[in-house]
Amino acid sequence: MSAGAQKGDFTSNLGRIYGVYTGGFVAFVVFIGVLERAGVPNHILGYLFVAFTIGVYAAIGIMSRTMQVDEYYVAGRKVPSFYNGMATAADWMSAASFIGMAGTLYLLGYDGLAFILGWTGGYVLVATLIAPYLRKFGCYTVPDFLAFRFGGNAARIAGIVVLMSCSFTYVVAQIVGTGLIGARLLGMSFEIAVFVGLVGILVCSMLGGMRAVTWTQVAQYIVLIVAYLIPVIILSTQKFGIPIPQLTYGTVLSEIQVREAALGVSAAASHSVPFARYDPLNFFALVLCLMVGTASLPHVLMRYFTTPSVREARNSVAWTLLFIFILYFTAPAYAAFAKLEVFTNVIGKPLAELPGWLYSYGKIGLIQVCGTNAVDLATITAACGKIAGHTGILQLANFTIQADAIVIATPEIAGLPYVVSGLVAAGGLAAALSTADGLLLAIANALSHDVYARMINKNAPVARKLVIARVILIVVALIAAWVAAQRPADIVAMVAWAFSLAAAGLFPALVMGIWSKKTTAAAAVAGIWAGFLATLTYLVVTRYFPGFGVNVLGMYSNVHPITGAALVDIAKLKAEQPQIFEQGWVAINHPLASRVGYFNVANISAGLFGMPIGFVTMYIVSKFTTAPNKELQDFIDEIRQPRGAPVMIEK
Amino acid sequence: MPPDDKVQAHWAETQRLTYIMLGVWAFFGFFIHMFAPALNGVKIAGFPMGFYMAAQGSLIVFVAQLFWFAKAQDKVDRKYGMAEDE
Repeated sequence: MSAGAQKGDFTSNLGRIYGVYTGGFVAFVVFIGVLERAGVPNHILGYLFVAFTIGVYAAIGIMSRTMQVDEYYVAGRKVPSFYNGMATAADWMSAASFIGMAGTLYLLGYDGLAFILGWTGGYVLVATLIAPYLRKFGCYTVPDFLAFRFGGNAARIAGIVVLMSCSFTYVVAQIVGTGLIGARLLGMSFEIAVFVGLVGILVCSMLGGMRAVTWTQVAQYIVLIVAYLIPVIILSTQKFGIPIPQLTYGTVLSEIQVREAALGVSAAASHSVPFARYDPLNFFALVLCLMVGTASLPHVLMRYFTTPSVREARNSVAWTLLFIFILYFTAPAYAAFAKLEVFTNVIGKPLAELPGWLYSYGKIGLIQVCGTNAVDLATITAACGKIAGHTGILQLANFTIQADAIVIATPEIAGLPYVVSGLVAAGGLAAALSTADGLLLAIANALSHDVYARMINKNAPVARKLVIARVILIVVALIAAWVAAQRPADIVAMVAWAFSLAAAGLFPALVMGIWSKKTTAAAAVAGIWAGFLATLTYLVVTRYFPGFGVNVLGMYSNVHPITGAALVDIAKLKAEQPQIFEQGWVAINHPLASRVGYFNVANISAGLFGMPIGFVTMYIVSKFTTAPNKELQDFIDEIRQPRGAPVMIEK
Repeated sequence: MPPDDKVQAHWAETQRLTYIMLGVWAFFGFFIHMFAPALNGVKIAGFPMGFYMAAQGSLIVFVAQLFWFAKAQDKVDRKYGMAEDE
């Protein structure tokens, strides 16, 4: 490889370094297990897990400090595809993927697989349509490409606005995630856990930018994947003697079906039956929005700017997907094992015989029985006693489990010692921190590189640019942590919006910019705003201003996926409670919130409208504006050829 | 810069490869799952096949196709002298 001569000791010894690191981590887990046997209390073990892992990430962050622009923004473009794959996988898999995905599958059954399909299939679009071309282009940020291809700052600003609106809610959700993991699994107070998360994020990103984030993300991937696999592998071995849960859960699915029949779950709502919670339109619309959103989220795309070559960028997308696949094809196994446990040992049992793990998670608000947190037997017996006709046998309708409980509870369901729960906490923390690092860098780089270095002070010296970059990074992190500390339930729910917003706002411009020489600057700017605003409007109106949507925009009720009946009877509500149509900023339990729209499209799939609007706007406006000049068309040709110097060369 | 006809031939072949990739993607990302209710009638190792395809089958195809694509595109680049180390 031609870059070989410039490679330092670190990059040529990666295999050995991370091999030793993995061995060290395993030894540490064993050591904690020994301490547990020796009688050290659980909360001390939990703190040791947090202190050790964050200490290691911090050490990597500090060792990777740099004062070179190229290192700060794109890790010197020398990250091998395999390691960039790991780093991107950690960048991608958030606290929600790690803690919540399996629970979503538990609750939604087959229809939850829309998330699995969407969050993996999107990488096909990344590899074929976008990433290699942006790598050849040689930019530092996604708005950089838009500005170059589409004639300057109008496109840059549009790109920055979309980037900020997808990434900021997302980074807040990660910091909330660290707070919840700290509070639920380690017994810390929520605010302290948020602060620990903030420190963990800053030490990894501030001194070394992309370079430091890359090497900590690789370390975080190793922790999170080990932590995710171990509990369910042990569970599978206990039950079937085969340590491959991804294969054995087929049998579990069959057993679930038998239990469902015995418990009176209707066949149409069974775990493996498709389209019971999302009708086919919404299922496929969600898959599409998640896929296309994946292919346009800036914090993912910018990871492929760090590879040594275009070829390595393509290989790297393949490695990324493999590393993500390992977690995502395990999540349905978690869901199945947990569901069988619940359907066998919880539902249909006398209250006095419920397993002990239920109370551990009832205490932290993740499990409710008869409408109250399952704190202990006396509490739930009292609550169930108030329900008329309750026989003392727990019914399905009286049992609620939060999505977040599934992964967290599995070690205890399997009867494993606390060390495994601590490991899961460390894994969840790694997932949250690694994603937060990537997002924070994407936001701060857009501000420091695109806004400051490209628009405000074009001639700033390198040292000044890097100081500004770090100041902005700290400020954004502090704001995000402050918002997170307010426990904003709405912001966490808005994360799913990021995919639709990115899909509608960025995807058409990126694809047309590379694949169509005729798309003009005016067309791209118009298309970005049209797609983005259409999606944002649909999201905000259906969720927060449904009355306005019905009265002014002519929206109507969505329908139930199985029965096809309207979710709300608009005419009847208008007659009985006309005032609810005048309300704005409505709460999630408002009778109209997220229940109205057009063509029965749920708001989570709003990108289904925005994407075509973006593409069509670009196509039409291009017809009426002067085609890009010869020079720009030649640049597009160059982006399409791996060979040769990058199109954009940084000073 | 390489001669124009070479540039065009390289791009034509790149486009064709991309369309094949997107075809495979559309088939395993969407089309096959439209038949999930019917596929669920077939069970292998306890897995209803409709469920299996969305939980594992399609994912395996995505991973395999990306490794294959990286190789195939590199071959195209080399054929036209557009690979990076030529």
